[in-house]
Amino acid sequence: MAYHSIVLVKQVPDTSNITGEAMKEDGTINRAALPAIFNPEDLHALEAALEVKERFGGTVTVLTMGLPKAADILRDCLYRGADRAILITDRRAAASDTLATSYILAKGVETIGHYDFVFCGRQAIDGDTAQVGPQCAEKLGIPQVTYLEEIQAVEGEFAVLKRNIGNGWEVVRVKLPVLVTVIETANTPRPWAARKMMKHKHSRVPAELGLDSTSTEYQSQLADIKAKGDLIEQWTLEDIHAELDRCGLAGSPTKVFRIQSIVLTKEGFTEVLPTEEGINGLIHELVVDRTIG
Amino acid sequence: MIEKNPNGDVWIFAEQEDGKLQDVVLELCGKARDLADRLGVKVGAVLPGYNVADQAKTLFAYGVDKVYLIEDEKLKHFTSSPYAHVMTEMIKKHRPQIVLYGATNLGRDLAPRIASATRSGMTADCTDLEISDVPDSKTKEVYKNVLLQIRPAFGGNIIATIINPFWWPQMATVREGVIPVRDACLTRTGELIRENIIINDAMMLVEVIERHVEPRRVNLKGARIIVAGGGGVGSRENFNLIFELAGALGGAVGASRAAVDGGFISHDYQVGQTGTTVRPALYIACGISGAVQHRAGMQESAKIIAINSDPDAPIFSVAHYGIVGDLNQIIPMMIKSFKERA
Repeated sequence: MAYHSIVLVKQVPDTSNITGEAMKEDGTINRAALPAIFNPEDLHALEAALEVKERFGGTVTVLTMGLPKAADILRDCLYRGADRAILITDRRAAASDTLATSYILAKGVETIGHYDFVFCGRQAIDGDTAQVGPQCAEKLGIPQVTYLEEIQAVEGEFAVLKRNIGNGWEVVRVKLPVLVTVIETANTPRPWAARKMMKHKHSRVPAELGLDSTSTEYQSQLADIKAKGDLIEQWTLEDIHAELDRCGLAGSPTKVFRIQSIVLTKEGFTEVLPTEEGINGLIHELVVDRTIG
Repeated sequence: MIEKNPNGDVWIFAEQEDGKLQDVVLELCGKARDLADRLGVKVGAVLPGYNVADQAKTLFAYGVDKVYLIEDEKLKHFTSSPYAHVMTEMIKKHRPQIVLYGATNLGRDLAPRIASATRSGMTADCTDLEISDVPDSKTKEVYKNVLLQIRPAFGGNIIATIINPFWWPQMATVREGVIPVRDACLTRTGELIRENIIINDAMMLVEVIERHVEPRRVNLKGARIIVAGGGGVGSRENFNLIFELAGALGGAVGASRAAVDGGFISHDYQVGQTGTTVRPALYIACGISGAVQHRAGMQESAKIIAINSDPDAPIFSVAHYGIVGDLNQIIPMMIKSFKERA
């Protein structure tokens, strides 16, 4: 029996190496100053899907939502062995919180159609919320298994999965289809395969052409990449039949009220004197910026 | 969607494992009590499980007014769908204005599923919560008594305050160990309400077939504040100073290899390349010289304070604040200063 997997992936700013330069004066982050990377745990989700395909047969489809440049991580997936890649890109999806994002991704999954597994990383490093996976599962009306450590077996309509429960582990038997969130210890992502890289290195989403989509130049270039088999699918909110009031700002219940930077804005070192005054000053500073309370 | 209810109670999800409440639930009790007092409403706790009724007494003792008990054999082991169904039905029925969950593995699995089902806002991993009036930046309309959900974001580089003024209940998971547990009042009682919620077999798609729980070990990874001691602490007895400062700040204790090798403390506490890698909001290195192996395990902490008698100790090269001096004098000063803070 062959199993079909959909992997939800995200391109994220690299938050692991933020310096003072990436901070704006108002304390917000200058995302443009940070390199965009493949969300680390999503690579492990992709690996889990590729493992299912190798062991039991089937297909791997990757889906992301983002700007046209997120096609970078879709090509990365193709280089590692994904069969099909889809980008949902739409200005009206901007500023979606986790609820709106999970709605859009779930509509994308439904549009793809038949699947046995949906894999995603436990969380993305720009928000660390770990909410989109479980929210997608609820929207799709399927069970979820979070913190995957090992795929022990897949037989008929069931999978046997080992998951981390924080202070130990458990093994569960789940009826397919299921949404699974994957942690770093589950596997080691495979490197790019040279042959797949050669095959897909010219793959593009239409938005990457940088042309007005009504122009004849666009149409001819599009026809050209399609003919060569280099077209990565690009969907709008209409393509996935999403209700617009559930997407973007309109579909997002949470609002950011205030942002405070806790990165030191100068490459600084402050010497604190070992006196009562010095220590009181330090403690006061830490209380005020909420480091301690 | 659930209609906004400004008279709704403040709820907590009473997470239990094998019939015993998790520590974070007691932490939530105190915070929920503060929020409810501020709003003039009651604290409710939802306790789903099997043979868990005994836990209601504990919840009352820590400040809960009403315990909603849902007992069903299908809830014996946690699985997401039936637990989410129970919570969703309870929320629809009683319309609380706030629901808090511990940010445990279980809480972070369950809460977003409920947020999706109720179409309400949800903030993960909060480190603090407050009630406040908030003016809308555009319309200047003032949202009365909304929940400020305060959390680190962007890899711990910023602190974001999130609000959810319209799509209620206002829900959040709260990080373990950031809220001090209040003293219990064992004579305090409340109202125990049994609720009957039907769980269909169709929701039972995940079956737990094997389970292994380890005794809780030192949780350095999840700690927001770490106070670590090194060889400069000098002795096992003197390491109590490190525990005292960590206790005062609500942080965890860590150690360098020199302290472990010196027999001051066990390996479980070791930070560094051969121990645990940590990136807390605050790391206080006391008497740690800062060998590269140690720095590799802690240098991504958002803020680092180094205390060392040697002004040339390499730890100062990664520190944001340096105090050159005797930790035996400095640590008690820090504890005193923190306790007397305005």
